[in-house]
Amino acid sequence: MLVKRKSGQAGRSRLQSAVAGLASATLDRRSFLKRSGLAVGGLAAAGTLGAGTVRKAAAGPMMEGVEVDIRKNICTHCSVGCTVTAEVQNGVWTGQEPSWNSPINRGTHCAKGASVRELVHGDRRLKYPMKRQNGEWVRISWDDAFSEIGQKLVELRENSGADSVYWLGSAKFSNEGSYLCRKLAAFWGTNSVDHQARICHSTTVAGVANTWGYGAMTNSYNDIRNSKTVIFMGSNAAEAHPVSLQHILSGKEQQQANVFVFDPRFTRTAAHATEYVRMRSGTDIAVIWGIMHHIFANGWEDQDFIDARVFGMDEVRAECEKWTPERVENVTGIPGEQLRRVAETFATQKPATFIWCMGGTQHTVGTANVRAYCNLLLATGNVGKAGTGANIFRGHCNVQGATDLGLDISNLPLYYGLTEGGWRHWSRVWEVDYDYFVSRFDEVPAKAGREARTREQNMQTPGIPSTRWFDATLLDAEEVDQRDNLKAMIVLGHGGNTVPRQPEVKAGLEALELLVVVDPHPTSFASLHARPDGTYLLPAATQFECNGSRTCSNRSIQWYEKIVDPIFESATDYWIMYRLAQELGFAEEMFKNIEMVEGKFGPEPSAESLLREINRGGWSTGYCGQSPERLKAHMANQDKFDLVTLRAPADAPDVGGDFYGLPWPCWGTPEVRHPGTHILYNSEVHVMDGGGNFRPRFGLERDGVTLLAEGTSSVGAELDDGYPEFTMAVLRELGWDGDLTAEELSQIERQGGDDVDAVSWSTDLSGGIQRVVMEHGCVPFGNGKARAVAWNLPDPVPQHREPIYTPRPDLVAEFPTRDDAREFRVPNIGHTVQQAAIDKGIPESFPIVLTSGRLVEYEGGGEETRSNRWLAELQQDMFVEINPADAAERGITDGGWVWVTGPENDSRARVKALVTERVGKGAAFMPFHFAGWYQGESQRGNYPEGTDPIVLGEMVNQITTYGYDPVTGMHEGKATLCQIEAA
Amino acid sequence: MARMKFLCDADRCIECNACVTACKNEHEVPWGINRRRVVTINDGLPGERSVSMACMHCTDAPCASVCPVDCFYTTADAVVLHSKDLCIGCGYCFYACPFGAPQYPKVGNFGSRGKMDKCTYCAGGPEADMTMAEYEKYGANRLAEGKLPLCAEMCSTKALLAGDGEIIAEIYRERVTTRGYGSGAWGWQTAYQETINV
Repeated sequence: MLVKRKSGQAGRSRLQSAVAGLASATLDRRSFLKRSGLAVGGLAAAGTLGAGTVRKAAAGPMMEGVEVDIRKNICTHCSVGCTVTAEVQNGVWTGQEPSWNSPINRGTHCAKGASVRELVHGDRRLKYPMKRQNGEWVRISWDDAFSEIGQKLVELRENSGADSVYWLGSAKFSNEGSYLCRKLAAFWGTNSVDHQARICHSTTVAGVANTWGYGAMTNSYNDIRNSKTVIFMGSNAAEAHPVSLQHILSGKEQQQANVFVFDPRFTRTAAHATEYVRMRSGTDIAVIWGIMHHIFANGWEDQDFIDARVFGMDEVRAECEKWTPERVENVTGIPGEQLRRVAETFATQKPATFIWCMGGTQHTVGTANVRAYCNLLLATGNVGKAGTGANIFRGHCNVQGATDLGLDISNLPLYYGLTEGGWRHWSRVWEVDYDYFVSRFDEVPAKAGREARTREQNMQTPGIPSTRWFDATLLDAEEVDQRDNLKAMIVLGHGGNTVPRQPEVKAGLEALELLVVVDPHPTSFASLHARPDGTYLLPAATQFECNGSRTCSNRSIQWYEKIVDPIFESATDYWIMYRLAQELGFAEEMFKNIEMVEGKFGPEPSAESLLREINRGGWSTGYCGQSPERLKAHMANQDKFDLVTLRAPADAPDVGGDFYGLPWPCWGTPEVRHPGTHILYNSEVHVMDGGGNFRPRFGLERDGVTLLAEGTSSVGAELDDGYPEFTMAVLRELGWDGDLTAEELSQIERQGGDDVDAVSWSTDLSGGIQRVVMEHGCVPFGNGKARAVAWNLPDPVPQHREPIYTPRPDLVAEFPTRDDAREFRVPNIGHTVQQAAIDKGIPESFPIVLTSGRLVEYEGGGEETRSNRWLAELQQDMFVEINPADAAERGITDGGWVWVTGPENDSRARVKALVTERVGKGAAFMPFHFAGWYQGESQRGNYPEGTDPIVLGEMVNQITTYGYDPVTGMHEGKATLCQIEAA
Repeated sequence: MARMKFLCDADRCIECNACVTACKNEHEVPWGINRRRVVTINDGLPGERSVSMACMHCTDAPCASVCPVDCFYTTADAVVLHSKDLCIGCGYCFYACPFGAPQYPKVGNFGSRGKMDKCTYCAGGPEADMTMAEYEKYGANRLAEGKLPLCAEMCSTKALLAGDGEIIAEIYRERVTTRGYGSGAWGWQTAYQETINV
């Protein structure tokens, strides 16, 4: 028998003299209890701790005797914003410890977060710049890469115009990187600059902003702990946002909350719901109107809330009347009695919150879906209070920030429009002449009966969505409403396999003259095609290898520090964009107010000074108060913030009274010390405590009805009724202009020129207007009503429309998709495609509804996560979920190979069958993270040696089909048709 | 002395696999060896539940009873560990274990097994605490540093609890009382010959 080890004392510290101080600190009782998984407080007295359990505490990794640096960064996967605590020795990330103090993740992670250390070991990473020459990948130097790319870009600009180059940015950028990328596109002279929000929540941003003002989650993950009723619709948070479930399940337990999951699949989230509601993909509007039918029929709506704070609910009520339980069941498949139960619970067991994700947004009716969800919240008065709200779970770690910073085809940073006013605002902030930008844009000739555009008009015209770039490459030049076709893609941190119609994407890639992939991994942009020349791969560092800030889904902004230097020859986004700007000749102007620091390969812009520039221009969205110093103080004092309210006590040093991460809007200059806004539109608290109300941004009245709030304003406001946004004119009318300091006034007068009255809360660079308005308790953007009816959008009252490829052709006559139109410089011919599908009998030959979604182990296009051995081991095969009845009819066995075929492009994919009741009969599901196989063939050989992900698989998006939301160009990723047969 | 145990609250576990990758990360566990895994029952059906499984560090561990070379030992904290120097890879413990915890690297052409590997409760092995020698054979020794197993510390929903049996039982009991339901302390009867009554 082996001698038992003594266990009373640690044998000796793994780390010797260098860390003697650390090693001598004993664990206190509180931290031990926290480690036992104990919720804060409550149980402290319950257990006794054996004396032998308390041992010497020391940091843990594996180089004996080497000093340990602790660095805090943020997980680079989903939008929850989990803090990652890294132990670094000799510049190597050797250990990962729980981040107990973060109020967001409280030490925890999901499979992805718990394995991020592997990303910067990175044996599958791109190691140095490469280009393809005569079909072979060859190594080149950074300098050669930049000069060759720069030369080609200048040549393309000459021959085809600035719009012939597409700048596809990333939701993985820091805020500062996102901002830089948008600024780079502005200096280059195109609005074709986009990122993953297009394919993620672009329809949410459009739908929500058009309803009540801002396009973001209204509350927070933590706040869901207050909810009594939760609806998930098209959100599988248990796999896509696992750490959010910590708050949701705790809340569910403590509030005895009702949790409903609406989904075509019985998801992992549904397994933890109190009730699962199976619906047909693409029928969300019918479902919501069906719920609201019961609400209105039974008088469960919140009429006081509607009267004071909502415009146009009667029109919605009229539409809901048409959606009788029988009609709803026919369209959606949900029994009337079940929806009645949901309706009563949601409307009466309050506060209630509504959560949605890609299941709602990725549709031809995405924006309309979102507005329907908002209407349900408005009708029941479930917005602007704790436990309520539109809790929109965003997908990537900084997709909210990148959206905010205008990495978008129709905005400038912080939602300033592409209008002259928007451009002039940023010209002022950047201290660059407005006319310089005009000169950078193309003149667009008249084509195919369309009018020509001047440079200035083109500068105000939205670019091409990332879902359509290949159409702009492949379509006849006459069909593309810009000077010439798209000729070059500069892809920075963006997967290629995440948009439908991949066979056409492949053709588009082959037609390009230049393709530059700036990424830690080659991505399917590099592997899907075999272009012999003109493809460059530039190794970008991950966010663990640089510093900056990122905005999580709940609008909290977290500052993170570099864990290790960029590995191999990879470089930071900041340096790469700086070098590109240098090569293109506008670096000096672009970085004139930015402090440069010494980076790995020479001077690069400092993240702090980029954030300060954002602060200087970020008034419209309240990105003005989050200075780098304040954000760093939050990271250093994470333990001060409350788990539920996210607020620090008033007496906490440096962060007293702040909400964690200063969630935007954080009004005024940093010196004003606005605490940030935990819950948007919350009129129950003072604006200086994060209060607010709906934003009047659609005029003051409509059809003789006021669009300002009636008889209500936020606590402490000196105006007790609705009021418009604040300009100098309004300030003067109220006599509040006297409160401006001389300095503020002189800035306002200087920038206002001969129209000082027009300077507003969102353009005043002094911040004086915001400061004064808040001293009077008012909200800078005004106090308006939310809109149940968005008259400026297609279908002002959302209308159910069948998916383009619908399994119910009998419903198309009544609910057709929208007519063909031209949007974002290209045609959107959904109607023609829908008709053709019915004429060809597609619903009979492709009888299974195909939807797609996430797996917990992978993220996005999946190249990064499929290259991580700890994750790759857990999901080694691409698969399709198919119902046992459908499988039996087709002779398909669980685990067997099948061909999934789609109705366009003769598309087919060879994958494994997962036979499960998770999907209903007539429905199938495939994850979208796979790439590297194409129509049954492995493309491993297309990757440069040593950079191929461990796991490859067929792309679901070679099967998915045509269909685009008219407002944002969002693709139809969730409802199409397919056929499945045994292979 | 504390009596260390694991408890997986199946009503909280969402099969996110954080425990699995946290374990891989902490101990650099090679591909194919799974000290911890998540098992889902009734997959895709109402009543679906997931449980995170690893060595439960049984009272009166059956692996130890069947081991022909007596390589197992129980620490004063009741953690069941083994010596890879003594292990002959016979696989008896695999047959005896009710939880499928023992793992074996394949070392030969005829499927011959290497030394057994399993969850150490982040407590290393017989070598001196926190040495490279210990790390290379058994992985990190968090317990000696005053830390708990990383799988439980990083569990996304705090479903997987590790710590003194009485403390984690109390946490679980309080949870079940608050929420009004609980699938029970999975595996406790088998591992510890006791259950948690609420």
